[in-house]
Amino acid sequence: MTVVPAPPPAAPQRPGLAGMITLGLWALAAIGLVTWLVSVWNPDLVARYGPLYLSGLGTTVLLVCLSFIVGAIISVPIAFGRMARNPVARILSFLFVYFFRGTPLIAQIFLIYYGFGSFRPQLEAAHLWWFFRDAWYCAVFSLSLNTGAYQAEILRGAIESVPRGQWEGARSLGLTRTTIFLKVILPQAMIVALRPYANEIILMVKASAIVAIITVFDLMGETRRAYSRTFDFQTYIWAALFYLAIVEGLRHLTNFAERRLTRHLKR
Amino acid sequence: MNSVSTWTLIGIGPEGWGDDILAGVLVTIALALATLPLGLIVGFLMALGKQSEDRGLRLSSDIYTTIFRGLPELLTLFLVYFGAQRLLNLATSATGLPEIGISSFLSGMIALGLVFSAFASEVFLSAFRAIPAGQTEAGMALGLRRSRIMLLVILPQLIRIALPGLSNLWMNLLKDTALVSVVGLADILRQAGIAARVSKEPFLFFGIACALYLVLTMGSSIVLGSIDRWTKRGEVRR
Repeated sequence: MTVVPAPPPAAPQRPGLAGMITLGLWALAAIGLVTWLVSVWNPDLVARYGPLYLSGLGTTVLLVCLSFIVGAIISVPIAFGRMARNPVARILSFLFVYFFRGTPLIAQIFLIYYGFGSFRPQLEAAHLWWFFRDAWYCAVFSLSLNTGAYQAEILRGAIESVPRGQWEGARSLGLTRTTIFLKVILPQAMIVALRPYANEIILMVKASAIVAIITVFDLMGETRRAYSRTFDFQTYIWAALFYLAIVEGLRHLTNFAERRLTRHLKR
Repeated sequence: MNSVSTWTLIGIGPEGWGDDILAGVLVTIALALATLPLGLIVGFLMALGKQSEDRGLRLSSDIYTTIFRGLPELLTLFLVYFGAQRLLNLATSATGLPEIGISSFLSGMIALGLVFSAFASEVFLSAFRAIPAGQTEAGMALGLRRSRIMLLVILPQLIRIALPGLSNLWMNLLKDTALVSVVGLADILRQAGIAARVSKEPFLFFGIACALYLVLTMGSSIVLGSIDRWTKRGEVRR
C-alpha cells in the first residue's frame, strides 16, 4: 500500500469582488422585495384571501398525497410488466410509460378532462360520467397515471439495481420467491429508490400547479383567482414563497431521512 | 361523428385544422430551440460560479438554482409574464417612452430559460466534478492559458459527460413549452384546443396533440442518440 500524500492546503475561502457584487445584487433584490411587500401590505386582502390560500395549500397537499399513493399502486404492475418475460406485458407497460413520460402533463390533463367529453354518452351509460365531469377527479386521475409511469421506472431501476447474487444467495437458503422479494430485495431496493421517490414528490408538487388551468382551486388556482379579482401582483409573490417553502422543506426532509436510513452503510 | 368527417377535420384547408396545428408544431419547436442556447449559456455560467473559489459567487449561484428549481414552471411563467410587463410599464412611464408589450413567446423563452438553466447548472457542475484535476494541471504544465485549457481540454470532455443529463433537460423543455399555451402562445396545445372547441371533437384533437409531442420527443431522442455517439467516437475505436 502506497502512502497517499496529504492534500495541498485549501485556498483561502473568502468572498472576492465578483462574489460581493452578485451577493449584493441578491441582497438588493431581497430588500427590494421585502420593502415592496411591506408597502403593499393590505390587512383586508390578507383577511379575505389568506384563508383561501390556506385551503388552496390543503388542496395541493391532498392532491399530491392522493395521487402519489394511487400512482404507487399503479406503478407496481407496470414495473413488473416491464421486467416480465411475457412480450405482451412488456410492450403494454412500455407503451404506458412511454406515453406518460413523452407527453406534457398539461396535454394529458386536457385529454382526460376535455377529451373524455367526446365519449359522454358511453360514459353515462357506464355510470362513469360523474367521475370525468369533475375537474378534481380528473386532476387526481391524470396526476396519478402520470406519476405512476414515473414511479414504475423508479421501482424497476431500484429492483434491478440489487445484484443477482442476492437472489441466488436467498434461494440457496431455501426461501420462497415471495419471501426473497419482500425480505431481501425490496429493503435494499427501497434505499436506492428513496431519493428518486423524494424527487418525484417534489416534481409532483410543482406539476400539481397545472391543475389550476382546469379550475381546480389548489394553491395556484386560488392565486389565479385572487389575481383576477385584485390585479395585485403580490398574490403571485405569496404563491411563490409558499411553493419555495414546501419544496425546500421537502428537500431538507429528504436529506435528513436519507442520512438517518443509511446509517448502517457508513463506515 | 358530425357532418364533417375526421379526415376533413384534420386535413389541410378551410374545413381542416391540419395546417393550424402544423403551424403550432413549428411554434413549439421554435420556442424550445430559442430557449436552449439561453438556458445552456446561463446554466454554464452558473456552474462556473458554483465551482469557483469565491464563496460569495458560489452562494449566489446556489440561491439562483434554489429559486428556479423550486418554483413550479407555470408559476415562473406567470411571474415573468405579468411581472416583467409591470416592470416594463413602470420603466416606460417613468422615462416617458411609449408602452412596450412583452409577447408570450418572449416571456415563455425567459421563464423556460430560467428553469432550464437552474437544472443545467447542476448537470454541468457534476460533469465538471467528473473531470480529474490532473487535466487542468497538465494543461497548465503545457503553458496553456486558463481560457485555452477550458476551451481545448475541459469543454470537449464536459460535453460528453453532460450530454445524457442535458438530453433529459431538453425533453423536459420540449414538454414545458406546452405551458406557454396558457398565456396565449399559439403552440401545438393551444391550436389543438381551439380546434377541439370549434369542432366539438376534443378527444381527437388533444389526442393528436399528445401524439405530436410523442413524435417530437421520439425525434429528439434519435437526434440526441446520434450526437451522443458522435461525442463518444473516440471511445468506440478499440
